[in-house]
Amino acid sequence: MTVAWRGDQFAAAVETFAPGSVAGHNDSDTWVYPSSLAEVAMGLRDRPEFRFDLLSSISAVDYIDHYEVVYHLTSLPRNMKAVLKVRCGEGREEPTLPSVTGVWRGAELQEREAWDLMGIRFEGHPNHKRIMLWEGFPGHPLRKDFVTYSQSVIDPEQAAAE
Amino acid sequence: MNMNPQEPTAPYGIDPSNPLFNVTWDMDREEGRAVNLMKAARTEQYPEPLVDIPDELRRSALVTSVDTLLNWARKSSVFPLQFGLACCVFEMIATAMSRFDISRFGMEAFRATPRQADLMIVAGTVTWKMAVPLRRLFDQMSEPKWVISMGVCATSGGPYYQSYSVVPGVNHIVPVDVYVPGCPPRPDALLYGIMQLHEKVKRYTLTHTPAGQE
Ligand code: SF4
Repeated sequence: MTVAWRGDQFAAAVETFAPGSVAGHNDSDTWVYPSSLAEVAMGLRDRPEFRFDLLSSISAVDYIDHYEVVYHLTSLPRNMKAVLKVRCGEGREEPTLPSVTGVWRGAELQEREAWDLMGIRFEGHPNHKRIMLWEGFPGHPLRKDFVTYSQSVIDPEQAAAE
Repeated sequence: MNMNPQEPTAPYGIDPSNPLFNVTWDMDREEGRAVNLMKAARTEQYPEPLVDIPDELRRSALVTSVDTLLNWARKSSVFPLQFGLACCVFEMIATAMSRFDISRFGMEAFRATPRQADLMIVAGTVTWKMAVPLRRLFDQMSEPKWVISMGVCATSGGPYYQSYSVVPGVNHIVPVDVYVPGCPPRPDALLYGIMQLHEKVKRYTLTHTPAGQE
């Protein structure tokens, strides 16, 4: 069985190699600051006590007053998993995080998906464009303030003028 | 938030010399333009292509028998286009397999190219992004051509009705001859739809309603 890290132990373990990076924890999850995400991610992948070589998934959450990005990490050599969360600042304007494509190559498509559907920007992403919707789609549809029907009806005159 | 489609602009914070990006960006932008134009233009549904049954007295015996022969030939060798979009396609595949055996209707040859196909079975969810290729495939099919809308997704959007990315009925994109309801329709339902299409094909005449016209 893959062993899940407990939040408090994981937070303490992250603090030992990246002091000041942990913003908080609960029973199962650990929050880190966006500014230290790159350092923490690199450490989690390379340090022998973690070896988190697989980024299982990236999800983005809209909490209305802020956005949060969740990284599910799996370590195949040590058979364990952990949940890392990053809060993208306050407010709804331009949530931005550093990209982790340099650490886990598989993050590329998932970060594009988070950009496409939730509008989270990833600094330093090599190919930062939409992945599932078409270019020119208005807005990011999984945001809580996206009004589906009115936004999917497009004014024909406006589109013809373009 | 901007409610209107945007002109596709170069994405955020990208290195233009990156081959990942610069090889495909022009294609992405073209695609985005085409999808937005189609989404803006296709707000009306096509009516179902109706066959009017002409007055028997006005049909000469010769034309009638030519019609009968032609329509019999057409209905007995409908070549469907391989066109699966979502979950419904598995029922279409099951229809083609030995248990339900679509070849009893002269249809075993699913064509991989639209130029050899007469029937487009739209099996699955049609997204706006797929609507552009769908219309292009329909335009490439040689006349006479027919369309079956299989499943509620293709018929009206179904579970994804009023979604941001799903066409509210494929009859906004192409004229549909037969609708097969269900989510997904069983193979028997699809076969019944095909038999209904056969009945329809039999009623075309050369003089009044040539087959396959929009
Ligand atoms: S109608 Fe149902 S089975 Fe068919 S494509 Fe839609 S969701 Fe899938």
